[in-house]
Amino acid sequence: MNRRATLFNRAGLPVLLALMSLPLTATERSASLYQMHEKLLDQDGRAIDLDVYRGKKVLVTMFYGSCPATCPLIIDTLRAIEKKVDGPQRQDLRVLLVSLDSERDTPAALRQLADSRRIETTRWTLAHADANAVRRIAAALSIQYKKLPDGQFSHSTIISALDADGKIVVQSAELGHADPEVLKAISAK
Amino acid sequence: MIRACILMALTLLPFSAPGARAVGLEVPIAGGKFESVLPPSPKEKAADVPPFRLDVALVSNADFARFVRKHPDWRRDQVAGLFADEGYLRQWSSPTEPGSGIEKQPVTQVSWFAASAYCEARGARLPRWHEWELAAAASTRVPDARNDPEWRQQILDWYATSARGVLPAAGASPANYFGVRDLHGVVWEWVEDAGSMLVSDDSREQGDPNRNRFCGSGAIDLEQKENYAMLMRIAMLSSMKASYSSNSMGFRCASDAKAPR
Repeated sequence: MNRRATLFNRAGLPVLLALMSLPLTATERSASLYQMHEKLLDQDGRAIDLDVYRGKKVLVTMFYGSCPATCPLIIDTLRAIEKKVDGPQRQDLRVLLVSLDSERDTPAALRQLADSRRIETTRWTLAHADANAVRRIAAALSIQYKKLPDGQFSHSTIISALDADGKIVVQSAELGHADPEVLKAISAK
Repeated sequence: MIRACILMALTLLPFSAPGARAVGLEVPIAGGKFESVLPPSPKEKAADVPPFRLDVALVSNADFARFVRKHPDWRRDQVAGLFADEGYLRQWSSPTEPGSGIEKQPVTQVSWFAASAYCEARGARLPRWHEWELAAAASTRVPDARNDPEWRQQILDWYATSARGVLPAAGASPANYFGVRDLHGVVWEWVEDAGSMLVSDDSREQGDPNRNRFCGSGAIDLEQKENYAMLMRIAMLSSMKASYSSNSMGFRCASDAKAPR
């Protein structure tokens, strides 16, 4: 809020007052991602729902296959988290990566990516969704994204840790290493 | 004619604006190249806005009540918590009734998910930011009044007095050049790409640490910094999560232009 305030102070206008008079009702109900029903396809073309890993701890995030820099880093970050988790818990942990690129990331393209990045698709799923589903899933995960004219995507990288019922326990924007908050959420009973 | 002029003077509603179209549920807007406060990419200043159709008025409480009765999943007592916060429709007298006196007012306290579902049920969608901004750039007389200091001041005066008192009925404000009403001075409005505004707090600063959070080009920088009214909208939209509701956030629907005959 402070920074936003600065923006409008610089603007030198009473607009800030108008902004501040807006009561944001941010009381969130306990919400499971599994309240959302979206049709996805996994890297082998199988129809799945977001609750494909219901009953397990799941890390969910969004990416796109042709991303040059940050998206490989997302996969590395998820791996770093996995590495920090002890054996049995690691076996129980699942990863769901939903593509933002509904045009190019077909199941075949996702399968190719999984193979080239040596992703074990027994515990990880790379999923395709249509553009409307992508928009709703991103909204539910608080992921901002925008398709750029050259076909790339500009997007925030937020990893959500879900409990067995699909409730978002913690969200992390940290890349490159295992966020302790995420580790705590995964390790919790 | 004389009577009409007196009426105009009294209400300041220029019904006979040269460009105004016939009033209907929605109006066609040609679109085209549009210089937005939010450029499509750092390299391109102008957004390409394909032809679209936009609701003339904001969705009213009565409209939304009809939707909720038909789709009980969106009643405030049945909605999934993922899709709406505690404030969702709490101003209504019951889960299916707005209550007397507010039927014609724009519906507020609706989440992005609920607004999207409403439009989808109508075979429409929420307007995209560039569509909304293009429509809202019009005064009653010209399609793009953004460089008119007088018009700008009028908009800012509206914002300074908005969010106070009782909302006017949906569709009560004067039609702009495109025939669209309520774009300024009534409520904020959800847009389809509210999750794509990509304006982090520091996006105007050099060496922005938040850039690391973004894949691709990083946060898009804002243009036209003098266009405060639009920047405020963007600040508002990017501060709202899709499940949030606010007593000053409403919506209208849009759709793609019908294929040419």
